[in-house]
Amino acid sequence: MVSFNLLLAVALAYVAFLFVIAFAAERSAEKGSGAWLRSPWIYTLSLSIYCTAWTFYGAVGYAARSGLEYLTIYLGPTVVMIGWWWVLRKLVRIGRSQRITSIADLVSSRFGKSTALGVMVTLLMVVAATPYLALQLQSVTLSFAVFADAAGDSWLSEDLTRSALWVALGLAVFTIIFGTRNLDANERHHGIVMAIAVEAVVKLCALVAVGVFVVWGVAGGFGPMIDLIDTSDIAQWQQSSGRWVGLTFLSGAAFLTLPRMFQVLVVENADEKNLITASWAFPLYLLTMSLFVVPIAVVGLKILPEGSNPDLFVLTIPLSQGLDGLAIFSFLGGFSSATSMVIVATIALATMISNHIVTPLWLSSKGPGAVVSGDIRQLVIGARRLSIAGVLLLGYIYFRLSGGGEALAAIGLISFAGVVQVLPAMIGGIFWRGATRWGAVAGITVGFVIWAWSLFLPSFGPDGILPQTVIDHGPFGIAALRPQALFGITEIDPLIHALMWSMLLNSVAFFFGSVLTFPQPLERLQGAQFVNIFEHSEGARAWTTSTAEAEDLLIMAQRILGSNEAQVLFQQEAQRQGKAGYLPEVTPEFVQNLERELAGSVGAATAHAMVGQFIQGASVSVEDLIAVADEAAQIMEYSNRLEQKSAEQERTARQLRDANEKLTQLSIQKDAFLSQISHELRTPMTSIRSFSEILREGGMSDDELSKYSGIIHDEAMRLTRLLDDLLDLSVLENGQVTLNMAQGNLKTVIDRAVSATAHSPTAITVKRRDGEETIPLYTDLDRLTQVFINLIANAGKYCDAKRPVLRIEPRKVAGEWVVDFIDNGAGITKENQQVIFEKFSRLSDHRKAGGAGLGLAICREIMTRLGGTITYLPGQGGAAFRVVLPAAVNPALTR
Amino acid sequence: MAKRVLVIEDEPNIIEAISFILSRDGWTVHTHSDGETANERITATPPDLIILDVMLPGKSGFDILRDLRESPQTTDLPVLMLTARGQTRDREMAERLGVTQFMTKPFSNAEVLESVRALVRD
Repeated sequence: MVSFNLLLAVALAYVAFLFVIAFAAERSAEKGSGAWLRSPWIYTLSLSIYCTAWTFYGAVGYAARSGLEYLTIYLGPTVVMIGWWWVLRKLVRIGRSQRITSIADLVSSRFGKSTALGVMVTLLMVVAATPYLALQLQSVTLSFAVFADAAGDSWLSEDLTRSALWVALGLAVFTIIFGTRNLDANERHHGIVMAIAVEAVVKLCALVAVGVFVVWGVAGGFGPMIDLIDTSDIAQWQQSSGRWVGLTFLSGAAFLTLPRMFQVLVVENADEKNLITASWAFPLYLLTMSLFVVPIAVVGLKILPEGSNPDLFVLTIPLSQGLDGLAIFSFLGGFSSATSMVIVATIALATMISNHIVTPLWLSSKGPGAVVSGDIRQLVIGARRLSIAGVLLLGYIYFRLSGGGEALAAIGLISFAGVVQVLPAMIGGIFWRGATRWGAVAGITVGFVIWAWSLFLPSFGPDGILPQTVIDHGPFGIAALRPQALFGITEIDPLIHALMWSMLLNSVAFFFGSVLTFPQPLERLQGAQFVNIFEHSEGARAWTTSTAEAEDLLIMAQRILGSNEAQVLFQQEAQRQGKAGYLPEVTPEFVQNLERELAGSVGAATAHAMVGQFIQGASVSVEDLIAVADEAAQIMEYSNRLEQKSAEQERTARQLRDANEKLTQLSIQKDAFLSQISHELRTPMTSIRSFSEILREGGMSDDELSKYSGIIHDEAMRLTRLLDDLLDLSVLENGQVTLNMAQGNLKTVIDRAVSATAHSPTAITVKRRDGEETIPLYTDLDRLTQVFINLIANAGKYCDAKRPVLRIEPRKVAGEWVVDFIDNGAGITKENQQVIFEKFSRLSDHRKAGGAGLGLAICREIMTRLGGTITYLPGQGGAAFRVVLPAAVNPALTR
Repeated sequence: MAKRVLVIEDEPNIIEAISFILSRDGWTVHTHSDGETANERITATPPDLIILDVMLPGKSGFDILRDLRESPQTTDLPVLMLTARGQTRDREMAERLGVTQFMTKPFSNAEVLESVRALVRD
């Protein structure tokens, strides 16, 4: 009899052995001497986690209950492996080149790094895997119970659930220790893989050993065994071809979509060539595993008492024959099957949970402005450890709820049907570029709902979660929605029924969802990457050291920011980190900084996507990104250049236009000026010529003679004055005038101006304020006098009052001395006030003016030269001019 | 009955000269020195010939000419335009507006007389 202590000791010793193996493999990998770890044989053996406790124990039970149907569970994966170059090779290539970490990551990446899809697939996988985990707990617990019963002990059988809890705890500890020892970028776990490879050998040997014992030790050889089988019930089982096809498909699909299978097939794959060996070696392994299933079942049914659980024949047959050693070996085989599956499955699920649920939640809870600190690794590892414990806890809870009574195979198939809901999105995603995110979401949702409704919820048993009335009559009495007879399809196996409806509607929803929606840019890019993976990647690339990533970031940044700017940015960061050269450590702060810089060039969304590709795991290859960046940079540069050119041209055109306008204006002014001068010169000339011709003809009176020669004289004088004024103005305008600066007094200047105009025929009465005129001046006194004469003469000529009077009033305004000249005439209209200082702006008729209209223009030029001003002063009753005197201080005297 | 010539001009000395020349030749000379009222004056007592300056106070000689040609009563009235603005552009403008003859100042007395005689033949 095997005592509990012995069994426990063996189990613990076995676990310790696995620890040693795993630890050695890790050490070997770390030292870089672990090439053998990547051998195709290790890879093939690691695939054997497909054969769980369900296969180890359950297959016999399955055969005992349903005949050869158990073979379908091996047939599906065999078909997938033999056809490896079609789907598997593509999955592995994508997984390696895109750094895929889980099946949720694959689906999410393919459909544009969709967080929602990642969460959906993760939840689906957790829910679907839970029964499977429960199954493993159950099998280990049952195997303990078998020994207890055989020994007549009651040390376990009375409380199966408590022992299941201990098993779950033990597995959690082992998985946490080896599954989360480090956070490898490529999520490889050499220790774990090595340990499960060893376990694969143990379980195969154990099953074969029991089989050999059954055939040759119990049945008495090969011949008798065949006879025994022929006479047993198993040979009589009618096989339903529908179930065969359905189950083969189901197991094949599950082989691809089970999280743990994806983990070992794709994530832990060290070399694509390993698939070639595995494609024939793994089916061979499965064949060996299935070889003795029927003999064990037949013998078990024959020699064991009625009512024995066929799921445990593998243990109970050796025990009943008193072969404790074989029984313990067999127990270790089953234990291996259960532990290896649980370990890998929980690692795969924990990776998904931490990557797709915990980390995004944590990041979003930090808000967009939060600085991602360096402890994100700690966060991820912590999340994984918690997830492992959580997933095992869920399995335990399911085990408690389902009561542990279900046949092992049935529970396994429920899980299979759940995980294969990802298949349409996965296969569609890698073979069909038209597949979109919404298609995937729709398909998975529809499939999940139907699976849960028609298979998962009823699996808790009548009145477990769904009331019996709902199962019998549908919710609210709607018969079409009965969980196990959807849309009125009855008389069909519940599993096949659920599988058919869920996969059919899942695929339909996926197809139409994809056709009816338009993929986003990143989705299209990813779609092309995934579907055309063989055109893009020459074998898988390695992403190992952080320097390579920094360099890739630099290459990308150079394409976008320009070579110098990018190098400066990277070098500064490297210096800040105390490193030489251009390549800094890729820290979160640096990445954020870089992203900000890039966002300035290509926009925030694109920059985020680009940087995200490098940091979160490249779902777009570097070459593709660089090609995109190159293209964008070229377009940007080209458009920049065009913009610059067009701006330059516009500027030149504007300058030309301005210059042209100025020239035109000048030309118009010149024409107008010449026209004016011509007119002003020709008018007196006309009189002179006409009268001189008249005089030359002779024969006129003395009066006429005197009058006409007088006219000729006056007009000649007018011409002279005009020429004088023109010359004066020209000199003043060109700034060629020389000023004779001198000390003087305002009074003297006014005196001189008044007396110079006093004898003119148009002389005006001048009213002065003698007392206020003694203001010292330092200026060109002659020029100032000229201005005053002009103003007094104008007043005399133009003032239309009956008794014209001009007031000359010096005063101080705002700290400056001014002299106002105000007459009592009608003044000058507002519009004319604007033009009186222009050349030839004579307002009234020529006769009275006697000048060419240059006087005020000359005055203004003089005052400008002297450093004062002359302006028209409106609102004074008559015409009024204000002369602001130049600063009276002689700069030479102030010193 | 002597033919009447209306001189529209604002330079007194030029009015004096033209008046002298034409009176001596037997023409009745009327003068008008304001541009603004020139057209009314012409319509009131239409002369046989108008001697028209361009730069006039109030209204330019071109505007006066245009109005004359637009009014059916004066559309055929001979107009001799005398201007100190002798540019080609002014001549073209005057011709477009329908001037009978265009002369620039300073003019020769003989030429003016000849033109006046030629324009008022009958």
